[in-house]
Amino acid sequence: MSNAAPNAPAPTAPPPVETLRIKVDGRDIDVPKTMPDWQGRPQPTTMLQACHLAGHEVPHYCYHPKLPVAGNCRMCLVEFGTPAMDMATRKPILNEDGSVKIARSVLPYEPQTPRGAIACATPISPGMEIYPSSPATKQMRESVLESLLINHPLDCPICDQAGECKLQESSVQHGQGASRFVEAKVHKPKAVDLGPRIVLDDERCVLCTRCVRFTKDIVGDDALGIVNRGSYNTISAFPGKAFDNNYTLNTVDLCPVGALTSKDFRFKMRVWFLKETRGICTSCATGCNITIGSREETVHRYEPRENDAVNGTWMCDSGRLNYRWIGRADRLRDVTAGGAKTTWKAAIDAIAGKLASAPAGSVAIVASARQTTEELYLVKKLATRLGAPTDSVPREGEADKLLVSADRNPNSNGARLTGISYTEAGIQLPRIADGIRNGTIRSLVVFGEDVTQHGIGADLLAKLELLVASDILPNATTAAAHHVLPGCAAAEKRGTFVNAKGRVQRFLKAVEPKGDARPEAEFLLELLAGVGAGQFPATAEGLFNRMAGEIPAFAGVEWARLGDAGANVAV
Amino acid sequence: MTKVVDRKPLTFYERTYLPTLLEGLKVTARHFMRSVKGGNAALATGDGYYPEVPWKVSEGYRGAPYLVKDQEGNTKCVSCQLCEFVCPPKAIRITPPGPEGVPADRPNAEKMPREFEINMLRCIFCGLCQEVCPEEAIFLQQHYSLTGLTREEMVYDKERLLQLGGVHAGIQKWKHKLEEAREQESFPVKAD
Repeated sequence: MSNAAPNAPAPTAPPPVETLRIKVDGRDIDVPKTMPDWQGRPQPTTMLQACHLAGHEVPHYCYHPKLPVAGNCRMCLVEFGTPAMDMATRKPILNEDGSVKIARSVLPYEPQTPRGAIACATPISPGMEIYPSSPATKQMRESVLESLLINHPLDCPICDQAGECKLQESSVQHGQGASRFVEAKVHKPKAVDLGPRIVLDDERCVLCTRCVRFTKDIVGDDALGIVNRGSYNTISAFPGKAFDNNYTLNTVDLCPVGALTSKDFRFKMRVWFLKETRGICTSCATGCNITIGSREETVHRYEPRENDAVNGTWMCDSGRLNYRWIGRADRLRDVTAGGAKTTWKAAIDAIAGKLASAPAGSVAIVASARQTTEELYLVKKLATRLGAPTDSVPREGEADKLLVSADRNPNSNGARLTGISYTEAGIQLPRIADGIRNGTIRSLVVFGEDVTQHGIGADLLAKLELLVASDILPNATTAAAHHVLPGCAAAEKRGTFVNAKGRVQRFLKAVEPKGDARPEAEFLLELLAGVGAGQFPATAEGLFNRMAGEIPAFAGVEWARLGDAGANVAV
Repeated sequence: MTKVVDRKPLTFYERTYLPTLLEGLKVTARHFMRSVKGGNAALATGDGYYPEVPWKVSEGYRGAPYLVKDQEGNTKCVSCQLCEFVCPPKAIRITPPGPEGVPADRPNAEKMPREFEINMLRCIFCGLCQEVCPEEAIFLQQHYSLTGLTREEMVYDKERLLQLGGVHAGIQKWKHKLEEAREQESFPVKAD
């Protein structure tokens, strides 16, 4: 595991940097002498980075800021010049007006022809001039693109990448209207099964090797390589090696063309229809930042969203594919009381009436570390009002070296900070079970968990006078519950999670809840008012800010200041 | 500059109203009598009027958009959804095949729509779908009289669109690609 960037804490105030003065397209700019490379280590600034700082994006395929530089696609070729030097005196040659003469880089045997350099791998030098929009640069780009398109099948109508394809974009910007290539294109294998989650179309590949470098250098699973020669170059998994690690789908994001496509997303929806919502992955405590792609209230895919403080630009396959349950047909849609459908008002009034009249200590609450921090805060308020013991359910798995955390709950730290669970989640559960067994606890409120799997069996649930279960999917607890309150997936509401390292991150709503389901915070507010626990702000922002003002760990954190990258709190 | 036109006052004859009404009825009666005597040009030549005799539209008329099949009876549409995207009144709705969908009936085209619906009540016959189609799979044809008794009936599904659309003998791009690939026998890696 050589990539240190993900999960590293956000860098604090950077030390003053040494800068170089160069010219980009004739304009002076001071750029840092060194910039972080893919591992975050300072390396001499490249022309591509300098152009980026000057506001000029140099088109590229093989270069990726989080991968080692390969310099093989040649798309980032730019014309440049360096200060001319007198070889004898070792002094710069001056123009007549006293300025330093710039020697444009030219072919040694053909001094009238500019010689470009690949911007991604060429470091800048003092006084250098880069011409990213000169006619020569444009001609280089057009020629490279024409060369890349020689064997490209141009089957954009059936290609999943269409709409987010770098080759398509570059063709519009720098390409030609018609092909000069009259020979037959080399045909390579199509729809190759590369691994359990990946389909490869060799014809579309531009051989940038981003996927090869990612799986070798980031994941540490050297599974891919390029075989055959010349026009017959193809990406392939090494014989006897399956491309099946838990990060394979990142190569689909990395692939600048449609060569690597996801089996899960294949032919499912054209990308330009997808509404993009900033979300947080709920599959483990790492809290990878994601972009939820949805159309007409259906979630179609998760993609990683860049956040160097959490996940870099990657996410694991298991988290990425963990979205299908949101649209499951057996989702809880109705508010039920005793198995019969009822309204929210009737249900909340009935539950609030029973809870308000329950003697102190006779109610217990089992919350879930999959709920948002705001919901857990409200649950805690309810528990305080009722004098109820609370806990959340631990969910452990195996951690890996890159992103997956051993804690499979997205908000365990949120549960701890709001006081729902102790440092070790779940230690109260046996006590609650005992309370039910000996009859001291007669009412149980469960949020998003199947307690029959965690020591409170169906026999104990049957002893309860009141069992309220709020959940998303049906389970043994909702089946036994007197009141079922349908809740929402994270993609259907707004809120925050606190990840394993104490980073508070907010997520936004991508799709509408199914049926009568409502965000838990909404009906918790009504329940709190019903039991006389006071009024709370009705929005996620208001709730978060109220909570941040009360809980010391959140001191100084505000919803508006969380931004897309989140903020650190002490855990 | 405003020009004021004086309104002429009605004469006594005009103000009595009924005589002018009778003047109008006289025109109607004159036409009626001419028809009865066989003076109507359309009836005289035996062509008749719409709807008994449908109106013949010129070539290039933008009628209802239908899907076409290729010369071998295969669906030309590859479900690229560009027409759905470009359609200004959002009349087109395509259900893509998805990962488990049936493969295209044309070899090498990889995909075709699971469902393709055009709501003819929404369609404005602008022809953008035909213009944007990279596969020559949808054409505005000569039908202009689309009727139905319910709204649901006016949503044409894939089967109906293909049946109404007929055959378009265009370039068989995917077949050509497949043949070209088969000719390259010397390619060192064979697709399984």
